[in-house]
Amino acid sequence: MSSSTDAPTNSSWYKRNEISVTPWLFLIPGVAFFLLYVIFPIFSSISVSFYDWDGLGDATYVGLGNYEELYWDDAFYTSLRNNLIWLVLYLLAIPAGLFIALFLNQTVTGIRLYKSLFFFPFVISQIVVGLVFTWFYDPTFGLLNQMLGVFGIDPINVLGDEKYVTYGIIAAGLWPQTAYCMILYLTGLNAVDPEQIEAARLDGAKGWRMLWHIIVPQLKPATFIAFVVTIIGALRSFDLISIMTNGGPFGESRVLSFYMFEVALSEYGFRMGYGASIAVVLFLIMLCFIAYFLYSMYQDDKGSR
Amino acid sequence: MFPTPIDKTSRSWQLSYQALLPVALIFWLLPLLAVAVFSIKPDTDFTTGNYWGFPSSFEFVANYGKVFFASDMPRYMLNSLLITVPTMIGCVVLSSMTGFALGVYKFRSNLWIFFMFVAGNFVPFQILMVPVRDLTLDMGLYNTIPGLVLFHIAFQTGFCTLFMRNFIRALPFDLIEVARVEGVAEWRIFWYVVLPLMKPALAAMAVLIFTFIWNDFFWAVVLTQGVESQPVTAGITSFNAQFRAAYHLMSAGSIVAALPPVAMFFLMQKHFIAGLTLGAVK
Repeated sequence: MSSSTDAPTNSSWYKRNEISVTPWLFLIPGVAFFLLYVIFPIFSSISVSFYDWDGLGDATYVGLGNYEELYWDDAFYTSLRNNLIWLVLYLLAIPAGLFIALFLNQTVTGIRLYKSLFFFPFVISQIVVGLVFTWFYDPTFGLLNQMLGVFGIDPINVLGDEKYVTYGIIAAGLWPQTAYCMILYLTGLNAVDPEQIEAARLDGAKGWRMLWHIIVPQLKPATFIAFVVTIIGALRSFDLISIMTNGGPFGESRVLSFYMFEVALSEYGFRMGYGASIAVVLFLIMLCFIAYFLYSMYQDDKGSR
Repeated sequence: MFPTPIDKTSRSWQLSYQALLPVALIFWLLPLLAVAVFSIKPDTDFTTGNYWGFPSSFEFVANYGKVFFASDMPRYMLNSLLITVPTMIGCVVLSSMTGFALGVYKFRSNLWIFFMFVAGNFVPFQILMVPVRDLTLDMGLYNTIPGLVLFHIAFQTGFCTLFMRNFIRALPFDLIEVARVEGVAEWRIFWYVVLPLMKPALAAMAVLIFTFIWNDFFWAVVLTQGVESQPVTAGITSFNAQFRAAYHLMSAGSIVAALPPVAMFFLMQKHFIAGLTLGAVK
């Protein structure tokens, strides 16, 4: 690169405004795409939720009709309850991931391979995870019931029993999610300040106290990301439910994302408006978290530059 | 280092740790190991109830051969590839540009545009489902590979922009200042100064996008239908319907479907992990 430009006195309009125009030129394709496929659809979903529409014919305006129907819909409350169970139990992936990360944070031979293999479940698709766990739970030959049989416990049909089904699916989901949190914490543990640990050791801190007072505070960035991805993962749960139970038995394992799909795009009918209203509820739940994430990022950003 | 390095602890704990590692690993991967064993068993093992015993014969070639030559699996794999690779390229191109714009320049709406990308990336898929399906239908791209690719590029651009922008912000800003003083045009700064420095981030993003898109199921179901355009995640359900109760074949099929992202992970491990931590945890 050579400095080829002369004094910018008589140069073009573009040259004079280069610094302020360039970012927009770079942004246009990405922003346009994102607006078309993500931002506009959000608003158009919200507006569809006020209509009765089968996706093909004319849409009829029904005002808050769809929401009123939701209010009386038992399946909606089942899904909402399951969503809450997912949210709460999915968070277990964070401490579980931390625990495994601590277990693996050593320097013995072959540990790198161990770390990779422990991370393995996250890389494979949820479809395969779902299939694997369906067989694991199978009442006739599943490994779970074989093991229970050893202790003389009668087989439990986890995925066929409305009491257990959601928990069974969540356990399957926790498997890859824990792996994800583990890798976040492993990288986080690398960055922990060794001097602070030494100082704390001299002061006699060890074990749990060391972990809680010295290590965990330093892992805050990793915990934040783990929290973000786990919440999103919990609210996006769809693949596992679809593969493992298809919402059953009797719709007891549905969550909002699955119920929405069922209402809008399956053999149960094409009720786009009603589906959109479910999606709006899910969106509003997510919005609370998004607002919180953005707020924390904003605080970070102010601090950094 | 925490916990205490193993070589500074007692001999007995060292030995038990070494023994504990493989046991814990086998326990952790048990469900997967089961599938791997299933996939090399003959079908007679399943009819005679020998689910968990030693395979009565090894049918690796026969089972995997069936997956590759007697099913639609190769077509689904090809579709997945044709969806994943263009998406990867599209995302890298778009987000290196948006990331550059948001990471380097200061202008009033900068943070708002950035937050738009981030927020959009966290949105539940279902709120996009009806309009995106409609849009794809209107463009005549329903049940086609480009239809799926276009949406994936647009949606993943949100995540990629977040990643790229944070990465570019951490670069030494002086380099750009120096180039400006030299009178280098802005687009040249992008191409010759920033882009070469972004290589590790681009690699990290490419691997991550590959995995995300390869494993996508929801959009595959919403935007495609048949064997001519469905990726392997959606295809595997019809594969399983074809071989219902043929556990050895379903296992082999699942393993084949899961393999590409696994291979990608093992080849590009360092980049992969850098990507997963969003570049925020170094």
